[in-house]
Amino acid sequence: MKISDDSPPVLTALDRPNSYIGRSVPRPNLHRLTQGRGQYVSDVTLPRMAHVAYVRSPHAHAEIKSIATNAAKKAPGVIAVVTGAELAKVMTPWVGVLTHLKGLKSAPQYPIAVERACWQGEAVCAIVARTRAQAEDAAELIDIAYRPLPAVTDAETALDAATPTIHASLGDNLCFERKLEVGAPDKAFAEADAVVETTFVFGRHTGVTTEPRAVVADWNEGERRLTVYQATQAPHMMQNLFAKHLDLAEHQVRVLTKDVGGSFGIKVHTYADEMATVALSKLLKRPVKFVADRIESFVTDIHARDHRIKAKIGVNKDGSIAAFEIDDLTGIGPYSVYPRTSGIEANQVVNLIGGPYTCGNYRARARVVFQNKNVMCQYRAVGHPIAVAVTEGLVELAAAKIGMDPLEIRRRNLIADEAYPYTSAAGLKFEKLSHHESLAHLDSLMNYAALRAEQKKLREKGVYRGLGFASFIEVTNPSAAFYGVGGARISSQDGATVKLDAQGALIVASGVSEQGQGAESVIAQCVASAFGIGIDRVRVTMGDTDNTPYGGGTWASRAAGIGGEAAWQAGKALRANVLAVAASVLQAKPEALDIRSGVVVDAANGAERLPLEELARIVYFRPDTLPAGIQPELIATRHYVPRAWPFAFTNGVQASYLEVDPDTGFVKLLKHWCVEDCGTIINPQLVDEQIRGGVVQGIGAALFEQCLYDERGQMLNGNMADYLVPMAAEMPDIECGHVVSPTADSELGAKGAGEAGTAGAPACVMNAINDALRPLGAQPLTDMPFTPGKILRALGKV
Amino acid sequence: MTAQSLDISLTVNGDAVSDRVEARKTLVDFLREDLALTGSHVGCEHGVCGACTVRVDGEIVRGCLMLAVQCDGATVQTIEGLSDSGELADLQAAFEQRNALQCGYCTPGMLAAAQDLLRKGGVPSRDAIREHISGNYCRCTGYHAIVDAIEAVAQERTKVRAGDKP
Repeated sequence: MKISDDSPPVLTALDRPNSYIGRSVPRPNLHRLTQGRGQYVSDVTLPRMAHVAYVRSPHAHAEIKSIATNAAKKAPGVIAVVTGAELAKVMTPWVGVLTHLKGLKSAPQYPIAVERACWQGEAVCAIVARTRAQAEDAAELIDIAYRPLPAVTDAETALDAATPTIHASLGDNLCFERKLEVGAPDKAFAEADAVVETTFVFGRHTGVTTEPRAVVADWNEGERRLTVYQATQAPHMMQNLFAKHLDLAEHQVRVLTKDVGGSFGIKVHTYADEMATVALSKLLKRPVKFVADRIESFVTDIHARDHRIKAKIGVNKDGSIAAFEIDDLTGIGPYSVYPRTSGIEANQVVNLIGGPYTCGNYRARARVVFQNKNVMCQYRAVGHPIAVAVTEGLVELAAAKIGMDPLEIRRRNLIADEAYPYTSAAGLKFEKLSHHESLAHLDSLMNYAALRAEQKKLREKGVYRGLGFASFIEVTNPSAAFYGVGGARISSQDGATVKLDAQGALIVASGVSEQGQGAESVIAQCVASAFGIGIDRVRVTMGDTDNTPYGGGTWASRAAGIGGEAAWQAGKALRANVLAVAASVLQAKPEALDIRSGVVVDAANGAERLPLEELARIVYFRPDTLPAGIQPELIATRHYVPRAWPFAFTNGVQASYLEVDPDTGFVKLLKHWCVEDCGTIINPQLVDEQIRGGVVQGIGAALFEQCLYDERGQMLNGNMADYLVPMAAEMPDIECGHVVSPTADSELGAKGAGEAGTAGAPACVMNAINDALRPLGAQPLTDMPFTPGKILRALGKV
Repeated sequence: MTAQSLDISLTVNGDAVSDRVEARKTLVDFLREDLALTGSHVGCEHGVCGACTVRVDGEIVRGCLMLAVQCDGATVQTIEGLSDSGELADLQAAFEQRNALQCGYCTPGMLAAAQDLLRKGGVPSRDAIREHISGNYCRCTGYHAIVDAIEAVAQERTKVRAGDKP
């Protein structure tokens, strides 16, 4: 919890009396959650509610020849059995493309497979019954005749002429390709003192949210309105999509999102089974509930990070990096996921490689191919963990090759802190980053020199410890450049409405949403500070498309930086409205008054003039006593979208200290550090906890997590006993530090912090393992996850 | 597959409950669906994640690995009961103060597991705390804050107990 010493001195615009900006205020929603009184979608029950279970394809690729449903229809409790062809009459299919990812193509996807199942786990038939158990019982009576088709599973051969094309209408299995060349990479490699070349492999893994995906859809034929209780990160986006594909107006659809049991990008996409559940409600004119079970989660929640990258770095003896080159191949399943597409991850990899460094010579190619496995799409830190692992892996391999300290090679190549604004080789525009200051801070925070000395001493005793690092950049606060320009109705702006209630408390409605990050707290802090009231008198509502300003939701580290700024501005606007009324009541000038701790005071000396309760009483119940002509407006709405920069890039550096047992291949994580710069820190504790949670998610990728498939496209470990996730006993303590470079795009100056931990941790752990094993002559490990077996193989022991 | 049902009587959070349940129904489904005690959560349904951890006859169990019919005659305590009795108040406060939960889905189970350790007394090491909660999956926090909160409560309770001595 090293944070207070890192906080900015004073941010003048934010330095109001009773400011909550920069304070670790406990989240207002926690008391409910610790008592088990949250309301997750899986807890929702409605009158007449039915439950749906899906029969899912056991084949990775198969023609559906027939579906016999009669026996199931007669089973106890069954209300309806619905096939893909039947549901296609209720809901239109979708295609996951964005126009700004040029050439990206995909095929129409239906809520339930029609004619053909394209991955193991795709829903083929729906059974709606009074209980989930009855629906599952009846599912066993459905008889489906499949004709298995050849499954395309290996991304390496997906584009070969001999490989069948999954969607004939697309012509081939290439979803998207991007090439980029900057500077003169060939010349730079030829002239470099050394070139290091290797292949990085990233295990396909997934989010494993503790609460599986869940939706309760309620079509009310009487009002011709659809209410969807959904664990989603983007309520307004889903409102648009439900309306669009059910041929409704958006105002006929209300999406309600209460508590969400983890999201991490998993719950920001369109899932066929959730769309089907909504369509079933429309068809059956009653509420229908779907909660994925854990096996369904593993075979249908989006997967991510299945990349193979051939990579090369050129370096000179003085440590200067001459050039980077990558060739990325990624298999994304049979469909590009709607509406964000499955091209973004590879696109991000191309954008982010080499991002922290000044090197201007860069060549990249990324190919995204279709295959008959579960779909892949955006998961926490989209593309970052891959790009950072490749970049930082190459940098440390290059350092080892020329015999330079890994921190020193970074010092010689990181963009100078004084060089901003700066445009990277890939064209990313950085407003203000702090790589060098962050590195210096990390160096002292972890006491680098002492750890190196300890490592050396222990090696003499046969104990192999390693130190690994990763400098990184993180994309946050996205503008319309991310999705909007590509034609997706995903809002990059966000809004907040603040109103004064009749007892002088504030009710806030925000377009961002809460899945545990603490957005509710951050919004309350911003409003309370801007307005001038105790945070205990601010109530925040979110996740309701009928009652919150239109917004994008919570993803891509946007809630604090964008939603927070909207809340800040709304709080200021309401303050001005309240002071205008107070001035008329008190016969004072508004600028001579202020609101502090919920009381209108004299700005000059803080003398109390009018409590908000009294002001509210007059305005709401005795407006007749106000001066003539006054029409008070005790509600204000403000919206915000970043305009000056397409993204607010953040930066940071992480370090991992670990011990490898060369006899067993086991890795023991000893300590992890992260110094990052997310601009203004609204709530230090929440930032640190985002970092820590993110780091552990990244460690999972490095050491444990992988969706294993066989050559027929069968997932082999779709349960939590065989798919390993980080548990408490194996995880280290994680120390955080901060550098603060606010963005000038907003008054608040906050950038995002949700993905920094995940972005850098896999690279760090990889580099630390290789550092530990280097004296043993092991081949560098670059194939995640680094299981004990792979480590022993690298050591030549098995 | 006609489901066989059985009559059971048990005590849940201090209330006497008699009900007829399908033999195949798990304890956590019974609690959530039949008694509307939705504070116990279902995460993996095969005993790995710990989200459904509840207390049966004083011991913590996985609500997804125990059948409701096995609880005939038992005393069951869920997060609702443990909250209302005040037994977890200091631990809950520590979790809130330390932000040892984000989405909160694992929290009821995590609190039950943590209290199980704390009831043994003393101040366990951070490693011992990590070991004890290693059957409870949290995807959000990275565990550090949870360990901090449990450690702080152990220290506080030990201090209070020591202070109680004449």
